[in-house]
Amino acid sequence: MSEQTAEMKHVEEVIIRFAGDSGDGMQLTGDRFTANTAIIGNDLSTLPDYPAEIRAPAGSLAGVSAFQLRFSSKDIHTPGDEPDVLVAMNPAALKVHLKEIVKGGTIIVNANAFTPKNLKLAGYETNPLEDDSLKNLYTLYSIEMTKLVVAACADMDLSSKDIERTKNMLALGYLFWMYNRPLENTKTWLKQKFAKKPLIAEANIRALDTGRNYGSTTEVFTTRYTVAKAQLRKGTYRNINGNYATALGLAAAAEKAGRPLFYGGYPITPASDVLHTLAAWKHMNVRTFQAEDEIAGIAAAIGAAFAGNLACTATSGPGVALKSEALGLAVMAELPIVVVNVQRGGPSTGLPTKTEQADLYQAVYGRNGEAPIPVIAAATPGDCFYAAYEASRIAVMYMTPVILLTDGYLGNGSEPWAIPSMDDLPDIPLKFVTEHNGEDRFLPYLRDEKTLARAWAIPGTPGCEHRIGGLEKGDPTGDVNYDPDNHHVMIMRRAEKVNGISRELPETKVYGKKSGDLLLLSWGGTFGSTRSAAEKLQSEDASIGHVHLRWINPFPNDLGDILAKYDKILIPEINAGQLRTMIRAEYLVDAIGLNIVRGRPIRSRDIIEKVKEMVG
Amino acid sequence: MSETLINTQQLKRSDFVSDQAVKWCPGCGDYAILAQAQKVFPDLGVKKENFVFISGIGCSSRFPYYMDTYGFHTIHGRAAAIASGVKVANPELSVWIITGDGDGLSIGGNHTIHLLRRNIDVNIILFNNRIYGLTKGQYSPTSELGKVTKSTPLGSIDRPFNPASLALGSRGSFIARTLDRETKHMQEMIKRSHAHHGTSFLEVYQNCLIFNDGAFENLTNRDVKEDNILYLEDGQPMLFGSKKTKGIHLDGNVPVVIDIEDDKWSVDDVLVHDEKDFIIASILSHITFQPGLPTPIGVMYAKDVPVYEDLHMAQIDKAKTNRQGSVSDILTAGDTWTVE
Repeated sequence: MSEQTAEMKHVEEVIIRFAGDSGDGMQLTGDRFTANTAIIGNDLSTLPDYPAEIRAPAGSLAGVSAFQLRFSSKDIHTPGDEPDVLVAMNPAALKVHLKEIVKGGTIIVNANAFTPKNLKLAGYETNPLEDDSLKNLYTLYSIEMTKLVVAACADMDLSSKDIERTKNMLALGYLFWMYNRPLENTKTWLKQKFAKKPLIAEANIRALDTGRNYGSTTEVFTTRYTVAKAQLRKGTYRNINGNYATALGLAAAAEKAGRPLFYGGYPITPASDVLHTLAAWKHMNVRTFQAEDEIAGIAAAIGAAFAGNLACTATSGPGVALKSEALGLAVMAELPIVVVNVQRGGPSTGLPTKTEQADLYQAVYGRNGEAPIPVIAAATPGDCFYAAYEASRIAVMYMTPVILLTDGYLGNGSEPWAIPSMDDLPDIPLKFVTEHNGEDRFLPYLRDEKTLARAWAIPGTPGCEHRIGGLEKGDPTGDVNYDPDNHHVMIMRRAEKVNGISRELPETKVYGKKSGDLLLLSWGGTFGSTRSAAEKLQSEDASIGHVHLRWINPFPNDLGDILAKYDKILIPEINAGQLRTMIRAEYLVDAIGLNIVRGRPIRSRDIIEKVKEMVG
Repeated sequence: MSETLINTQQLKRSDFVSDQAVKWCPGCGDYAILAQAQKVFPDLGVKKENFVFISGIGCSSRFPYYMDTYGFHTIHGRAAAIASGVKVANPELSVWIITGDGDGLSIGGNHTIHLLRRNIDVNIILFNNRIYGLTKGQYSPTSELGKVTKSTPLGSIDRPFNPASLALGSRGSFIARTLDRETKHMQEMIKRSHAHHGTSFLEVYQNCLIFNDGAFENLTNRDVKEDNILYLEDGQPMLFGSKKTKGIHLDGNVPVVIDIEDDKWSVDDVLVHDEKDFIIASILSHITFQPGLPTPIGVMYAKDVPVYEDLHMAQIDKAKTNRQGSVSDILTAGDTWTVE
């Protein structure tokens, strides 16, 4: 069968999961399929899912790394519930992921990896490729990938190890054929990536071509698929992941404010990419400081803020735990810093590479004393940019630390993103005091009447010398003050200041019915699953609405009124019910939770089922 | 703000005295340190508004409140990390860390060693009273073994740090020591700390009248101090004693005291101090509190090595030369596509 005669089938969307050993290059393969798909103009959403171990023993179940990609001709919000296609580079990858593949789906395996040793490591007593267990339920394509790349590169002066490593490109080339995608972008990328190793580049390109040719010339494959361009809003797009978008949002805020960006931090999964990204932007006066520990990371940021930089740090839950005393200092000193928490599974070391939303209490309540901190959460990978920018703007405007919650799924996941113009971003009003604001001295705790932000004078400013610190401050002198009434006043001022940020929040948008049987209320990375569920339910005429919260401290002023318009409230969260508790406490409503804490995004299907159970 | 204050030539002691009442115990060694600092700072050639004092927690850490400069009294142990951020954010500032043996060596030990390793151009003044004062008298990481305190009624069983050795082991580039009672010497050491480009580590032996009175009695008592203090001078033989007739001699690699009036020895047998010599600095730091040997006071080690923020700013400058562009350029970099 030739390429011309393969049946071409149009489909609305496809979900592919690439899975293999940690060393098989599955993240890279997924990344390249994503980049190519983005350029073609599909909407897409990705979910990298990798183990905490860098290289668990080859062939073991613990070492399986996966990358899920959903691409569509429609506007989509999640990487999808159940993959249509599984690419399994070894028996362990098949074993781990098979149960989540849609029945009737397609499975593509590297037949050469199904050796007795690998089968045993994966816990297979017999080879699943040789019995009927797979063939009856799925469309199985068993390709001798290793053998094919070895043959393709036989004449090259490369080690067999180097050649065999290109088998991921063979799988990719085959999938490009299957989904009707050009190879050129990936070839260009390979040439750039391996510019100093042209032989490796050549081997990978050969593997890519071999995969494509295998699809077009063998008679095994009878169907190819096309997915039409998505009808996205006008604009120029790029593909972006959440950690990159976070870094970019922080840099954009610093540029807008006209100050250097200072980042103090300590490497931690899954937040380290924020540090890596910013470290490459020194030409924009971005100052990254890899500190000796999490505490020093935030401490240096506080110091930089005192000196007048736009200061930030990024970490994950365990890192926030270490930073919490310093967060209290930033509250007391009323200095603007942005603390990003790329949430991961907890408690303790937990699931470092898996996603979770269980640090909400920590963000809102996790400090000694009355230490209110504004908390904002990003909804999608691209939204991390706007959330980081907004966090910076509020921090500076209100002279307060701000916590930005993202999560492992948002941080590593990606989506097409309409590129904003710097001109369209709101101003960041940053003004240092340069003269006495009191009769004969500078009063650091003299507050702006509207925002209650304290006056900010930075070292190097003549005449505004002053001392601040962690001891209670006198209002408005900033001198150490132990007076009982002063303490009460300052406690209330700090709370009032943070609550007042609600005036910055736009009117809450309600998707779907403005009143009715049930309101879906979500925050953070659960946006996509919840919105997808809401769209599906909406299409079935269910009487439901969806509200997504961006600010969790303070809540928007109109939230109480909105909650009152529905008979029931359902809050899906990847935790045991943290927002639910806050909503119940704040609004005295009987909110119900859907709490699935598996280290993965909640599936839309689970939300839909729960809604149907609740409203019949 | 009057012009006179901007002109550093005319700064006076009173320009550095804040309006806050000093609240240390009467007779505390901290008063002497504050007085010397206020005396020396007008003459350092730095604009007053460019001085920043950062402290952690403890008696010593109240110091910034009493200096009329920029100051930040932070949290326990973190002054070194916060000061690092201040200096990297604005290398123009003259940054001073005020800390103690508990703050800088116990809860903040990690930050102290990493600051020294990085060699950020800030100045550490570590008040070492060998006790926890503010928490009312527990033993500290510099208290001698067997110290009986409220928390160690049968005597402490953990061995103390020698701050100078720790600083040297952390690859500190300037390590000096002075005494709260030696006011002139302290002034000199503050000036030297300031002059050093890189992290300066100045340990001040400071008497806590309430919880550890007399900890440095052998170094302050007029009758015996000359025999117990070795005043260091660069390029000079290490002589001490009231008539400067005792000296430090290396017997193999073991420092011993010799009497140069003894026929057996002359001044030529006495070890000559070289501030740039790491081995000599190691020997000096180790003879602290060694029975039969004097305690070195002065600059033990001073060497110019690359300074963190210089390298950092050089990288930024180089990056700016090699790559122009703003956030807008990064926003649109890479693969993009347009939806009409």
